[in-house]
Amino acid sequence: MMENNKDILNAYVLPVLRDIKEALKAFGLPRLIITGFLLLLFIIAPFAGISVGASLTDTLGRFGQNAIMVLAMVPMIHSGCGLNFGLPLGIISGLLGATLAIETGIQGPLSFLLAILYSTPFALVFGWGYGKLLNKVKGSEMMIATYVGFSSVAFMSIMWLILPYKSPTMVWGYTGEGLRTTISTEGFYYHVLRDTLSLRIGSLSISFGEILFFALFAFIIWAFLHTKTGTAMTAVGSNPVFARASGISIDRQRTLSVIMSTWLGALGILCYQQGYGFIQLYQGPMYMAMPAVSAILIGGASVNKATITNVVIGTILYQGIVSMTPSVMNSLIHTDMSEVLRIIVSNGMILYALTRKSGASR
Amino acid sequence: MSEMTKPLLEMKSVSKEYNGNPVLKDVSFTLGQGEVLGLVGENGAGKSTLMNILFGMEVIQQTGGYGGQVLIDGKEVKFTSPLDALKAGIGMVHQEFSLLPGFTAAENILLNREPENKSVLSLVFGDRANTIDRKKLQKEAIEAITKLGVSLDPDMLVSEMPVGHKQFTEISREISKSAIRLLVLDEPTAVLTEKEAEMLLKAIENLSKQGISVIFITHRLQEILDVCDKVIVMRDGRIINELEAASTSINEMAKLMVGREVATSINPVEKDRKISDKVVLSVKHLWVDMPGETVKDVNLEVHEGEFLGIGGLAGQGKLGIPNGIMGLYPAGGTVTFSGNSIPLNNPRACLDSDLAFVSEDRRGVGLLLDESLEWNIAFPAMQIHGKFLKKYLGGLINWRDQGAIKEVTEKYIKQLQIKCTSSKQKAKELSGGNQQKICLAKSFALEPKLLFVSEPTRGIDIGAKALVLQALREYNRKYGVTIVMISSELEELRQCCDRIAIITDGAVSGILPASTPSEDFGILMVGKTKKEAK
Repeated sequence: MMENNKDILNAYVLPVLRDIKEALKAFGLPRLIITGFLLLLFIIAPFAGISVGASLTDTLGRFGQNAIMVLAMVPMIHSGCGLNFGLPLGIISGLLGATLAIETGIQGPLSFLLAILYSTPFALVFGWGYGKLLNKVKGSEMMIATYVGFSSVAFMSIMWLILPYKSPTMVWGYTGEGLRTTISTEGFYYHVLRDTLSLRIGSLSISFGEILFFALFAFIIWAFLHTKTGTAMTAVGSNPVFARASGISIDRQRTLSVIMSTWLGALGILCYQQGYGFIQLYQGPMYMAMPAVSAILIGGASVNKATITNVVIGTILYQGIVSMTPSVMNSLIHTDMSEVLRIIVSNGMILYALTRKSGASR
Repeated sequence: MSEMTKPLLEMKSVSKEYNGNPVLKDVSFTLGQGEVLGLVGENGAGKSTLMNILFGMEVIQQTGGYGGQVLIDGKEVKFTSPLDALKAGIGMVHQEFSLLPGFTAAENILLNREPENKSVLSLVFGDRANTIDRKKLQKEAIEAITKLGVSLDPDMLVSEMPVGHKQFTEISREISKSAIRLLVLDEPTAVLTEKEAEMLLKAIENLSKQGISVIFITHRLQEILDVCDKVIVMRDGRIINELEAASTSINEMAKLMVGREVATSINPVEKDRKISDKVVLSVKHLWVDMPGETVKDVNLEVHEGEFLGIGGLAGQGKLGIPNGIMGLYPAGGTVTFSGNSIPLNNPRACLDSDLAFVSEDRRGVGLLLDESLEWNIAFPAMQIHGKFLKKYLGGLINWRDQGAIKEVTEKYIKQLQIKCTSSKQKAKELSGGNQQKICLAKSFALEPKLLFVSEPTRGIDIGAKALVLQALREYNRKYGVTIVMISSELEELRQCCDRIAIITDGAVSGILPASTPSEDFGILMVGKTKKEAK
């Protein structure tokens, strides 16, 4: 009888336990803690007098707004350029597209398409230059990228003032020139995706328009990584010397990845603006890279490996924390702890990931 | 029992293995006071490991210690750190210099053992505040230099010295240690000019006269004859023979070094094998700037369907040849393959001309360690020849054909008997031998016309070695693929190849049929033509 029990234990129970252990290990301790924390927040929420439906709506809305900017991390991670701390450059391309679209005066959903169209050439040119620069500083891409982001923001802060924009919705009212710091997308592409295919169940509303828009680009990136060029890009990130010995031009693959990341960054900010309702100029893009970087890392990506799953999981977890902590914490302890927590989570995650080079598996 | 009757150093059946690979087997020898012992052998014969044991290097302890006994003055010693060895009077001069460039010769010689003066401050702060006694320092340094019997200015900065003088500074430092009784010199003449080498040999004789024993490791066999009392020849971790220097010859040493007079039975290249006269690859005036393996001027012709070996000692440039031709290191010269000129410094162009290369740096160049075996094997063929791809939208989209990739991977896993859990396993999880097979499979999948294979058996066990060599031979015979194999192991080359080129000092010093006795190769390796040796 005892023997029998032992056999059953060995044959069925232990492998399952081992699988669970492996799965937990693959999921990673930080993600486990954050998931646990998020679940805890959702459990506490009703007791703190907060509607779970509204909280979920908020989380999903933020997911739709931010997911493409997180997706913008993927190509550069694959080609070995590290995390795209230079995301502000892509965002600036998006801002140029957005302001030019509004300048034309065309209203409604068409302005969103125009914004995408106008931002594309900027993203391609900026991405190309940014890629060339990163090829010259192999090994310290992330630090250089951070400063590319910062300095482009500073440069554009001047440009926003002197570029000859005329549209009365955008320029300062008292001088008639120079763009305002925040510009409303109301009347142009405000909620153009969010209000498409949205579903309301009580206090919960889900916008399938945003989710499908993200899914479309996630699919394109996923598919790209399954093509010949995508495979070469991943190989460059995995072992550049191997790729070179196999006749791949490392620099070309890296530049391509940076252009893709920059363009996705431009797209990402447009998507963000339609949900948020405002175009934020000047210092707006300054720290936009941090939440995106942090989200993909929470999702389980590492400096040199990332998947679409990492993007989805990471964005949900990160945005979940960001939207839940303020409401729950504030109503519990009546002190504004949310910002502190958000900073701890986002910077802590970046710090954690940068100290560990290995990570996600394909 | 007086101390004089005991030999200074005695090694009794010393053995050592790294991770189950024996690198030293039953090594025993004795060394008397004032004797000069020459130690020769090919790279990997076990010379350095033996010296590491003698010198108590930490790497020995970390890998499980050694077997056998080391006796000094008849008493067993077990050094656990080089400091112990220093205390016992053993000094060692390594191939690489460890000198401070901004300091003078004298300062370097007595570094950290400077004679000191007490100052007022020392009363307060202790010995740390002592000042250096410059006069005494100078005197002691000069003493050491005179003992060595060379001319060396004690005030010269190391950074301004010619290489030879740096070497003398190193040796002076060792002999300035008062307890010094045994000095190990690891290839001290490799970097010296002929004149400097001569001075150094004189210095060794001087030391020997003063009762200091010397173990002298070198590849220049003539120096052994000039200066040593006896010679130990090592091969494959064993002492092959102990010879009296006075009664041996370069030929005899070379023969012992590279292998026994090989019986025809283990030379299984078919006797009636005909090689076409057609030259398929011609290399003219090739230079390659590969650190540590510089190629200076190589001229080489490879015939169609041939299995050519390239051998030579480490650092002479044999590895630079394929790395240069395949565009991995800056190179110049002309390379022609089947009538077409191959542009150098362009890996893609080489691969497009149906050349392929299995690198000696498996982990660095050869593999995507973090990716699956499927990726590793299929990647180059996919990128170069567009294999394993499905085309959509009229060729606009080249989709990875996972099925075809799996198929080809499993084919090679079976064919080369690669041990793995599945074709999805990551390359880094395989053993060295199996990784090497993946590298071979990767190039086989490219279906090249000419294949460079660099050090295919480095760091893999004997069983895997045989399989790898067998696979290469089959590939050559079955598909008529021309193979150029670069290896440090002459025996391996002699087993597989039709002809063997020996590279010395960045140039071809000779090409001989593989059936030539190994001593002739040995002579080419040490940089002498046959005439000179006789």
